[in-house]
Amino acid sequence: MKENQKLPEIVVSSGSMKINKTGSWRNLRPEIDYSKCIRCMICWKFCPDACIKINKEGIKLAPRENLKKEPAPEIDYDYCKGCGICAEECPAKCIAMLKEKK
Amino acid sequence: MKKLLIGNHAVSYGAMLSRAEVIAAYPITPQTQVVEELAELCASGKLKAQFIKVESEHSAMSACIGAAQAGARAFTATSSQGLALMHEVLHWAANARLPIVMANINRAMAPGWNIWADHIDSLAQRDTGWMQFYAETNQEVLDTIIIAYKVCERVLLPAMINLDAFFLSHTAESVEIPEQDMVDEFLPPYNPEIKLDPDDPRAFGGLLPPKYYMEMRCKLHSAHRNALKIIEEEEKNFFKIFKRKYGLVDEFYTKDAQIIIVTSSTITSTAREFVMRERKKGRKLGLLKVRVFRPFPFEKIRGALKNCQKVVVIDRNISYGNAGIFATEIKSALYGFRNVPVFGFVAGLGGRDVQLEDIEGMVDFARKKNFSKDEIWWGLKK
Repeated sequence: MKENQKLPEIVVSSGSMKINKTGSWRNLRPEIDYSKCIRCMICWKFCPDACIKINKEGIKLAPRENLKKEPAPEIDYDYCKGCGICAEECPAKCIAMLKEKK
Repeated sequence: MKKLLIGNHAVSYGAMLSRAEVIAAYPITPQTQVVEELAELCASGKLKAQFIKVESEHSAMSACIGAAQAGARAFTATSSQGLALMHEVLHWAANARLPIVMANINRAMAPGWNIWADHIDSLAQRDTGWMQFYAETNQEVLDTIIIAYKVCERVLLPAMINLDAFFLSHTAESVEIPEQDMVDEFLPPYNPEIKLDPDDPRAFGGLLPPKYYMEMRCKLHSAHRNALKIIEEEEKNFFKIFKRKYGLVDEFYTKDAQIIIVTSSTITSTAREFVMRERKKGRKLGLLKVRVFRPFPFEKIRGALKNCQKVVVIDRNISYGNAGIFATEIKSALYGFRNVPVFGFVAGLGGRDVQLEDIEGMVDFARKKNFSKDEIWWGLKK
């Protein structure tokens, strides 16, 4: 079969785009300071690329005792492009945008 | 069942009978009643569709694109400035090969504000990859929406059904409303092979580098060329069930005509009346209605104009710096085929009436002259 005939009629991927790890595009790297994070999940709501996962177990480092078992946000560095929206929206100002080490 | 319907309601009934599943539209004069009627049909439960209220035409088309990509039958309607605002996403719908059907009520562009019939709005979208139909009657409007869905879903292209502001949109005519079970027989549910589906995740419309871009655009163009055949096939199937047919073009007394008038939309009816009067006087006049403008039916036009001595094209539009758009395209169809004088008349802009006397004047003009280099603006104040 000729190459042109093999092409599909529509521009579509053959499967999920999870294979495309966009984390390599990042120049700035968000890092959460869990000693200040109040687990409000505003970063999770605002992330335009769904790169903030929820850790249901909770994270021991927390500003208050009762937050230690609350679900906590975790950044998925495989896909985060470092846009910084999470840091901008964070009401506790606990997300720092650090220069990415290549 | 026969009913007295304005063109706008013929559009709504066409969408309802086609079982549109998602309707996203924004009101604009002279299209508003299309949306009003569809909203009522949805509210009353007669039409089981998601009616999405949007804040602009750009959003209306975007919602239709999402719906069609998810495998739903999507419908919208607009006019003039609204269609112009959709421009970017019109390209998207066609390039993504989504079978969306839209009604556009042909209206002039501002400034100065004008809500009346003019074809510049849809013709300015000529190169977006949409199929374009121009309807002459309200019956044709309703039927064409049903036919268009069938064609669109076979060739994977969107289609725009155009009807003249007020002359059709707000004028009531007797319209045969087909039975739902007959429409269902003609138009089965839409079920695309590839669609947005969480169980089979895919990315649509990704990066298409120079290495492949041309191939995909050529496929879109081939789909248009193929659509000429599919439209004719589906019109035959439609005729079998409903006993009505329209064609890519409509020829009226063209076989032995010395002069053939070429029209689209409602001016056609006036021209038809004029041709009948002239025929009674023994004058060999003919009429060619161009119903499908994209894909352009080159062969049909060449066939209809193969024997005549002169061609009179009436354009309710002007391509600034060039000429009337239909005249230009008719000339391109004749190039290298036969050298027959084409008289391009620009008339009826902004809803100005084109009457029998006007058409008589145009034909007289063509009878007396051998050739006209430029377009002729008909009825300009002296």
